[in-house]
Amino acid sequence: MAILQRARRKEEAADREVVRPPSQLGQAIPIPDNDPLLGYLLGVGAPVEVEKVTLDSPALDEMRAAGVHLIVPLVSQGELIGTLNLGRRLSDQPYSTDDRKLLAGLASQVAPAIRVAQLVRQQEAEAKQRERIEQELRVASLIQQTLLPKELPHLAGWEIEAYYQSARAVGGDIYDFIPLQDGRMGLVIGDVTDKGVPAALVMATTRTTLRTMATQTYDPGEVLARANESLVPEIPPAMFVTCFYGVLNPATGDIVYANAGHNLPYVRTSGGVVEMRATGMPLGLMTGMNYEVAHARLNPGETVLLTSDGIVESHDGAGDMFGFPRLIDIVTRYEAGQDLISIILDQLDLFRGEDGEQEDDVTMVTIKRTSSAVESAAAFGEDPDEIASFALDSSPGSEREAMVRVAAIAAGLGVQGERLERLKTAVSEAAMNACEHGNKGNPNLPIEVSVLADSSKILVRIKDHGGGRSIPDPVIPNLEAKLAGEQSPRGWGLFLIEKMVDAMRTSTDDQYHTIELEMSRRED
Amino acid sequence: MPGTPFSAVTRSKGDSTVIDLTGDIDRNTKDDLEAAYNQAAANGPVILNFTDVDYINSTGIAVIVALLARARADSRPLRACGLSDHYREIFQITRLADFMAIYDDEPAALAVE
Repeated sequence: MAILQRARRKEEAADREVVRPPSQLGQAIPIPDNDPLLGYLLGVGAPVEVEKVTLDSPALDEMRAAGVHLIVPLVSQGELIGTLNLGRRLSDQPYSTDDRKLLAGLASQVAPAIRVAQLVRQQEAEAKQRERIEQELRVASLIQQTLLPKELPHLAGWEIEAYYQSARAVGGDIYDFIPLQDGRMGLVIGDVTDKGVPAALVMATTRTTLRTMATQTYDPGEVLARANESLVPEIPPAMFVTCFYGVLNPATGDIVYANAGHNLPYVRTSGGVVEMRATGMPLGLMTGMNYEVAHARLNPGETVLLTSDGIVESHDGAGDMFGFPRLIDIVTRYEAGQDLISIILDQLDLFRGEDGEQEDDVTMVTIKRTSSAVESAAAFGEDPDEIASFALDSSPGSEREAMVRVAAIAAGLGVQGERLERLKTAVSEAAMNACEHGNKGNPNLPIEVSVLADSSKILVRIKDHGGGRSIPDPVIPNLEAKLAGEQSPRGWGLFLIEKMVDAMRTSTDDQYHTIELEMSRRED
Repeated sequence: MPGTPFSAVTRSKGDSTVIDLTGDIDRNTKDDLEAAYNQAAANGPVILNFTDVDYINSTGIAVIVALLARARADSRPLRACGLSDHYREIFQITRLADFMAIYDDEPAALAVE
């Protein structure tokens, strides 16, 4: 007797096939969906003698050739789920009426049982698939959460807000703030095509690449062009990244920017909404791209809105898109003092309706110039306010990072030009001393840098773990002695710091050593 | 945060030698700077061109002091040009400027008799 095998899943129904014992009937014979035998077997619903059927059916011909004599259809709930194919009886007698009744009875018992087994197997496979997808989403989400900024930059005279909500399928949105020298800040918002882990990995690569390029040049077009050259060989051919990159000078409100095919940012000015236009191809598609560079200036009270396409491409119940006009309308109408991001989110919820699903990541960044740096000075009380604080490990290069980050903050507080240069040198030297002397170069010991300000001055404190021991009085460097080889050529650090800033103070307890640098916020 | 990598390129200008400096000057600069000085033609003045230098820290000052000591031992004038206002001030504060003449640019440094 032949045994039966049924296609595992409904989608595979085209491959209905039978399996015969290898010794007698050889391999399974599939019955294609368009073969009339299918309809015939379903219609008869009882054992069919191959000899008595006249159908123009390739499958039937094949069965006949393979020695099949009796086909017993297995039908469950009106669906043919397989057949029992029998060869000639061992006695060579034709199948009797009783035989056929027995087989029909067997088929009616077996069919539902097989159907149930098929469904169970199908559900197990689907559950495994779901679990795999869930796991992937967790990984993608983790990558993304790890790479998005943990905190927003503090720039005096500016309010920066960011919102990110991943879609269930995690869309690969990215935003970033990159501290640059001279107090400037790089702004990134981008969107990777595709979703899930591949998108998250491309997002991670893009973020690192942009951070690297941003420290090489202030020219945003050049940053994007270099990032593009680097990304083309790195990311899969079908994927690309749209990305806006701008360099903000907090002291002047200038933003120089370029755009690799990303949604245009909007500036809300007193005269209405202005698009920040600049043309350029998305990153990662092809090499040799150029990116137009454009410039905008934010005056006090003005706000830039950066978005990912998850907002304008949201759909309502009827399938209509949210679209740019609605977004522009919101930006036009919101009033000073209102929170633009909340308003957009509320409008988006209203638009999507109750059952609306978030299809893509939604990312927004707003950058508002609240006042010019000089005006903001009046807002400080007599006690210095802490503007920012951060920790760095005691490894080579940390002194530069301390310098760049403090400079960004100081520039926003009105320390400019030569005085900014002097403060940078002092911070770099103080941080280097803290790493090398205070923490003795132990990379596991952090230095802590904090910036404070009141209306007239800025204070930079750098704390290391060099407390509890006496600090030798610094030798005043004597250049003649150094040139004559009577003094080490080194030993300039503390001397320079003292000369660079308006005042320098140090304090030591049993654990920490702290140096405080003071600089006036305005020219004398 | 990595800085800008340092390089020093030596070229002759008549009797003088110009060393074009690029990148950050710190303690890592020592070997490259001395190698560039070694390539200088015998005897004439050596001009350090700082036009493409954005960052000098105290360990870099120490490297320049050591080079200045060497040039003095060799009886060779060492000059500087292309310094930003900020680093010109630092050369004055450290008194390097007392032993190393500072000029605005290369032509000015070369024009000295």
